[in-house]
Amino acid sequence: MPKDGGIGASSKRREDVRFLTGTGNYTEDININGQAHVFFLRSDVAHGTITSIDTSTAADMPGVVQIFTGADFEAVGGVPCGWQVTDKHGDPMQEPRHPVLAHGKVRHVGEPIAAVVAETLAQARDAAEAIEVDIAELPAVVNMRDALKDGAPKVHDDLTGNLCYDWGFVEENKEAVDQAFRDAAHVTKLELINNRLVANPMEPRVAVGDYARGTGDHTLYTTSQNPHVIRLLMGAFVLGIPEHKLRVVAPDVGGGFGTKIFHYQEEAFVTFAAKACNRAVKWTSSRSEAFMSDAHGRDHVSTIELALDKDNNFTALRTDTYANMGAYLSTFAPSVPTWLHGTLMAGNYKTPLIYVNVKAVFTNTVPVDAYRGAGRPEATYQLERVVDKAARELGVDPIALRRQNFITEFPYATPVAVEYDTGDYVATMDKLEEIGDFGGFEARRAESAKNGKLRGLGVNCYIEACGIAPSNLVGQLGARAGLFESATVRVNATGGLVVMTGSHSHGQGHETSFAQVVAEMIGIDESMIEIVHGDTANTPMGMGTYGSRSIAVGGSAMVRATEKIINKAKKIASHLLEASESDIELKDGAFSVAGTDKSVAWGDVTLAAYVPHNYPLEDIEPGLEETAFYDPSNFTYPSGAYSCEVEVDPETGKVSIERFCAADDFGNIINPMIVTGQVHGGLAQGIGQALLENCVYDDNGQLLSASYMDYAMPRADDLPFYDVDHSCQTPCTHNPLGVKGCGEAGAIGSPPAVVNAVVDALQRGGKDVTHIDMPLTPSRVWAAMQ
Amino acid sequence: MYNFDVETPTSIADAVKALGREEAQPLGGGQTLIPTLKQRLASPSVLVSLTGIAEMKGVCMTDDGQLAIGGATPHAVVAREAARHYPGLADLASHIGDPAVRNRGTIGGSLANNDPSACYPAAALGSGATIITDKREIAADDYFQGMFATALDEGEIVTEVRFPVPEVSHYQKFVQPASRFALVGVFVARFGDGVRVAVTGASNDGVFRWTEAETALSSNFAADAVNGLALSGADMISDLHGSGDYRAHLVGVMTKRAVAAAR
Amino acid sequence: MTQVKMTVNGKAASGDVEGRTLLSSFLREQLNLTGTHVGCDTSQCGACVVHVNGEAVKACTMLAAEAQGAEVTTIEAMANADGSLSVIQQAFQDHHGLQCGFCTPGMVMSAAALLKENPKPTEREVRVYLEGNICRCTGYHNIVKAIMAASGQDVSRIAAE
Repeated sequence: MPKDGGIGASSKRREDVRFLTGTGNYTEDININGQAHVFFLRSDVAHGTITSIDTSTAADMPGVVQIFTGADFEAVGGVPCGWQVTDKHGDPMQEPRHPVLAHGKVRHVGEPIAAVVAETLAQARDAAEAIEVDIAELPAVVNMRDALKDGAPKVHDDLTGNLCYDWGFVEENKEAVDQAFRDAAHVTKLELINNRLVANPMEPRVAVGDYARGTGDHTLYTTSQNPHVIRLLMGAFVLGIPEHKLRVVAPDVGGGFGTKIFHYQEEAFVTFAAKACNRAVKWTSSRSEAFMSDAHGRDHVSTIELALDKDNNFTALRTDTYANMGAYLSTFAPSVPTWLHGTLMAGNYKTPLIYVNVKAVFTNTVPVDAYRGAGRPEATYQLERVVDKAARELGVDPIALRRQNFITEFPYATPVAVEYDTGDYVATMDKLEEIGDFGGFEARRAESAKNGKLRGLGVNCYIEACGIAPSNLVGQLGARAGLFESATVRVNATGGLVVMTGSHSHGQGHETSFAQVVAEMIGIDESMIEIVHGDTANTPMGMGTYGSRSIAVGGSAMVRATEKIINKAKKIASHLLEASESDIELKDGAFSVAGTDKSVAWGDVTLAAYVPHNYPLEDIEPGLEETAFYDPSNFTYPSGAYSCEVEVDPETGKVSIERFCAADDFGNIINPMIVTGQVHGGLAQGIGQALLENCVYDDNGQLLSASYMDYAMPRADDLPFYDVDHSCQTPCTHNPLGVKGCGEAGAIGSPPAVVNAVVDALQRGGKDVTHIDMPLTPSRVWAAMQ
Repeated sequence: MYNFDVETPTSIADAVKALGREEAQPLGGGQTLIPTLKQRLASPSVLVSLTGIAEMKGVCMTDDGQLAIGGATPHAVVAREAARHYPGLADLASHIGDPAVRNRGTIGGSLANNDPSACYPAAALGSGATIITDKREIAADDYFQGMFATALDEGEIVTEVRFPVPEVSHYQKFVQPASRFALVGVFVARFGDGVRVAVTGASNDGVFRWTEAETALSSNFAADAVNGLALSGADMISDLHGSGDYRAHLVGVMTKRAVAAAR
Repeated sequence: MTQVKMTVNGKAASGDVEGRTLLSSFLREQLNLTGTHVGCDTSQCGACVVHVNGEAVKACTMLAAEAQGAEVTTIEAMANADGSLSVIQQAFQDHHGLQCGFCTPGMVMSAAALLKENPKPTEREVRVYLEGNICRCTGYHNIVKAIMAASGQDVSRIAAE
């Protein structure tokens, strides 16, 4: 029987009611009395020297309040980078200054040059067009390999070149890896591109700055996944505002997918300008603006080689990756191709020797940073494509080759520095074979062939590292922040609870699933629990939501705080029941004395805490409110096996997804409905990357895919119903809920399944095709077949 | 958008008068024009909305057996009301844009804009339609003059389009995956006196007639009749969604499929 | 500035607008009906879909002046009279057809228009009808399922919880 509440129940989402009735409260819905609007004049060239900016005509335009340029921000800090990577020689990465508004030079199309604050957005835009900017255009560098050539245009004149860092991992293993390749019976090599993507949450970014002159208090309303991180980065590093005078609110946020983690110039601008103009200032991004100002994702060019012995055991893996940073370092950009990518290269396999090299490169493009999966999709794609190619070269079954090399004993220390606590890769593959009905594939292929279509089946595995992360570990790896999470549990006198979490929900359903956990722990109805998030004024310092960390880290903090509540409540109950504390049991919302029929209800205990007439005041304080900070001791390691069946139209090259199956191991699950929905969304984004989405620049650094007219977002008719299963569960061993996280799995596991399937279809159809770079658009597939 | 005045005439005569104002521009359903204005790529001082003009709306058969569609008729209405008269055309209309776009976008607006990837130009040229304006009648063969270029004068309004109804017809669209406009669209229509084949989405010169295919199909209306015929990729649009060669290839494939599906 | 008058969610509404004022701006900024969202500027995402004279329309691609005299219905009027969720809204909640909620108003408005013209759509018909509504969260599975369920069809055999 499915549960109808608590952990494991598919409780309906409470947040849905406001979203379904048009009564959500998104940042764009916030309007402050007297607010002005800002429009950013953005560079239309990729690289150039600003020789002059004349704002005099614009300043006299109707409605203009004030115009700002880079010179106005010389005294404040640049937008900081939150992670410092050390290169293979032990030296720190090159780190350019990232100004709020361009000063001296522009380095990518879309970089803000000037900002007009006016009464209305239309007036601000009208005036921005009247600003006269002279830019001496410089040659742009877009291609990463070109950027590293001698004499290439330098994105930053004060750096030694366009190389941000050259990272080797694990450097000490390099020689042994090379030797293993010399000794190999077979080597499979693959060059591939992990295509640049634009995250495209449906809500474009918005920021509203407000300032109270009487108190000196700043408030920023922003579309963020992590308001506390924004408060810290912007307050401490950019504007010099102490955190107690700066409140950051991220209300309902319409999707994030990584690109709303980062601190952006526009947030700093509206906060700064609200004080300068002494009125609230609002910025609303258009979708066109989003394409050239939201951090992009992926954009790796890799060469991967897999060495096998004569029995087809994997003996070594070697990869070389160029990772595009764009023109500046976005908040977590340096960590994505390194610690979120190199550490995942073992995948599900017991390959003993691995060496990963990553060259991070500056180019005249929008900064690149984490996008759903962040580094782990890039690792999985390389690995699962090269394993598939090896199987085809060796003439062995791709599933059998994987099974032969699976890690089967846990905990397992990989040669790339991480230790998997639990997993069962055989079980997820077994489950996949069951739900995918691979036995029926030949019949389905024959049916497709009758209709003139080539059918293919692609399979892959994935492992991810979620629940980021132990603070002391990431500190050693270069993180400039801790990665704990926090929760305050406030019990009201009449028994209801408010949980204030440092996590942030922007579609993941925390308001429902977090309440399920507390309801289960206390044994009360979910409706007695309210989840509050998103406002630094009423939540404890938290690090926010990304990296599938909310339930594993934020949920664990909430469990710890709730445990403290229960412990204190038991003390109160023992007093009320005149029994020893050690005899008190909590079940179904009541405290009882073990072995007796004496009990006191939850509400009586909470009332006593706030009306402490009969209360052990000499031993404990009144009130019932506890805070906990949780810092994980390891990452969590969700894993799974995915399959995709495609049909390829040999006349047009069009690929259609006929079937997609996912067998995941997320450890314990709080709300199966929500988990399934998270997988669905990840799958759509991964399939989108594999078939549709591509962010393209021309050689001059002009963005060609600058709107939905040219950037193909997956639509309902591009996608099938998915078969998703998460019945394989190996609970995480080191967090109290045994949970692993599920937000990114779909996006990590699905691209190789799609590409493997298309290659399979073409090869079965007699085409000599071993690889096609994503996205597998009709024109690319058709060209590959010619 | 730059600001502009909006006029909402209820007769063609009033619309013509309003379009006499300085820098006035007609506004059909606005499904292309309004996004263009948002990008500030045009700056009319007056927009004259045509969607409130009753005499420019509707679908009917004329006495000489042509299908007449008012210039301000939305795609959704054409999809519904032309279905029993001219199923190939109705089917084309039912696949333009998306449902909400079809409720606003009009045939006159589409033909006046002549987007090189739009569907209606293929139908008009492929049917040998007559474009009727507030001033004159223009044969489709004379009307389309390259990307976004037509025979219309400044301020001239497409009030009606008359389609000869073929024996059988079909439109095959291969969509550009992002915009969902035609990467290549081919309209094939068989009349008693021959076959017309019009291609949209493919050419740098906008919609065009594939005369070689017309000749081949006129003597043998079968998909195989176009085997061996090929267009040059050099004349085709080449962009991030497909090369000229790919588009040229697709024209052949879509033509054959349109013939096979023609009803 | 010119004055526009229309009926919005059954009530008379009027306001002074510029020629360039979009219907979506008029609804959001002058009538404070912020349920209608704007997610793009190329008329593709569909977060802004409302009904004008009973037909689904993208409110970001229609001028307020063009809605003169029209009957406009927005997401705020889609619940039952007693405030409970309508059949379509309830199906979206029951089948987890939304996550961040930003595209949801447009999805509900499009779903309502679809079911009016096609009371029992197939899966394919639902997917094709949603061509003009982009969702980035759900992968569409549960949206399609919710709409089919709202039409009274048995969706229990469609995979997933």
